[in-house]
Amino acid sequence: MIINHPLLGPRDSAEFVYLGDANLMERPNWQSDTAPQDFYDYAYLRANPAGTHRELWFHEGGDRSWLVVTRNTVTHEISKVELARDVARAKGRSK
Amino acid sequence: MNYSGFKVIKEALTGHKGWKPAWRDPEPKPYYDIVVIGGGGHGLATAHYLAKVFGRRNVAVIEKGWIGGGNVGRNTTIIRSNYLLDGNEPFYEFSLKLWEGLEQDLNYNAMVSQRGIINLIHSDAQRDAFVRRGNAMILNGADAELLSEAAVRAEYPYLNFDDARFPIKGGLAQRRGGTVRHDAVAWGFARSADSNGVDIIQNCEVTGFHTRKGKCLGVETTRGFIGAGKVGCAVAGNSGKVMAMADMRLPIESHVLQAFVSEGLKPVLPGVITFGAGHFYVSQSDKGGLVFGGDIDGYNSYAQRGNLPVVEDVCEGGMAIMPMIGRARLLRMWGGIMDMSMDGSPIIDQTDISGLFFNGGWCYGGFKATPASGYCFAHLLATGTPHPVATAYRFDRFKTGHMIDEKGVGAQPNLH
Ligand SMILES: Cc1cc2nc3c(=O)[nH]c(=O)nc-3n(C[C@H](O)[C@H](O)[C@H](O)COP(=O)(O)OP(=O)(O)OC[C@H]3O[C@@H](n4cnc5c(N)ncnc54)[C@H](O)[C@@H]3O)c2cc1C
Repeated sequence: MIINHPLLGPRDSAEFVYLGDANLMERPNWQSDTAPQDFYDYAYLRANPAGTHRELWFHEGGDRSWLVVTRNTVTHEISKVELARDVARAKGRSK
Repeated sequence: MNYSGFKVIKEALTGHKGWKPAWRDPEPKPYYDIVVIGGGGHGLATAHYLAKVFGRRNVAVIEKGWIGGGNVGRNTTIIRSNYLLDGNEPFYEFSLKLWEGLEQDLNYNAMVSQRGIINLIHSDAQRDAFVRRGNAMILNGADAELLSEAAVRAEYPYLNFDDARFPIKGGLAQRRGGTVRHDAVAWGFARSADSNGVDIIQNCEVTGFHTRKGKCLGVETTRGFIGAGKVGCAVAGNSGKVMAMADMRLPIESHVLQAFVSEGLKPVLPGVITFGAGHFYVSQSDKGGLVFGGDIDGYNSYAQRGNLPVVEDVCEGGMAIMPMIGRARLLRMWGGIMDMSMDGSPIIDQTDISGLFFNGGWCYGGFKATPASGYCFAHLLATGTPHPVATAYRFDRFKTGHMIDEKGVGAQPNLH
């Protein structure tokens, strides 16, 4: 698979380390009343879809940036690559 | 029809006209006491034990393709019971014992071959860890044997003992481990289940669950609705997809694992060898091909094919411990979809929906578990209580902190 890095252009997926569902960026609020259940959901449960999947890849053998890759888990086709930083900022985080 | 040496001779002398299909091809009935989803090793084994041990005969196995087309027909066929943790080792040892009597139980030649498995040791720390594991195995009634370097050399003189980076310093052997003809396992369980009254329904995909007031009443399929008293789901790599139809999210990710076979060679590898420093395992099939594999590809996938970086990595692992493998040509390779759980161990449990049961999370090690998984799932479906060796395989262990994490890497399925 070739990942089209937003800053570095097309790179071999072997340069990256895979973490998993991009939902792992949405860490729950530890002060919430439902925190135990929220953290269980967050840490252990996965949608695991057959089809479009947004997921986190780390460019370990490159510029060490985190990417959010939108990929089809049935065809391995990659349709979108974003910097995780930009995704977080768009949600008003890490300003 | 009973298979026997006498029957083979009789058929040979009478033109092989007396053989019959090994199982029927029935139309689905409107209702079964128990419906098992998935005609892989685990689903078929569940049906066999339900009928034969627990006396439940109004049972159907529903398979979307043909039986044995999933992981049961795609794996590298290694069986063993060399686990460390209490939640696992008694279960896998139970499984190995069932393998030992399986062919008599099924009246089917599954080519169970206890040719032995050796996990190679490359460092002092690894020896300590393997001694501990060997002791845990012995405490649970399994066999384990610590081998010196000289002992490994005597059996496998051609391995790369004096490698500068990963010298071979010994091994942990389990002599009762080995390999089994994987397709024959699916066929043997299917034939036995069928002859005990179970309907095996192929080309029938489950497309939804029918639930009312928190109770599962049956399954929607491509061949119509099938009512059920209880439904057991055993679909391995498709667990996430199927249980999503019951609005469940699982502690599981689907990943692709590849397997490889070389051209046929003369007998060279008597047992199973695993590389302890990289990730590589190899045995030789009775046809002569070297059967080997390594890591999963490492990203979520439902495609039954992998990518080239892992092909390279696996072949490097092979060259590192067994350099002569470089002279053999790769004949074919394929992929299967693994149900990788969050702690690397399986789940055999009821769900929050009454009457709906789940069996999955087998990662890349579920073939060896096939008989015990079927036995324990049948026990749960028939009696409503977990079998004593499978009590730890609960859904809520992730909530209560009772993970069974053999490798200790946490909720990172691509590292298990
Ligand atoms: C390359 C590879 C190597 C492996 N090596 C080993 C090994 O050496 N040792 C070991 O112990 N394990 C090994 N494994 C793991 C082992 O093969 C699996 O854990 C085990 O086979 C899974 O259980 P199963 O046989 O029931 O799965 P499967 O055979 O995959 O059965 C699941 C069935 O469910 C069916 N299904 C899915 N969705 C639906 C639906 N909606 N409706 C109806 N049916 C459905 C599928 O078609 C499939 O037939 C390996 C796996 C792979 C891929």
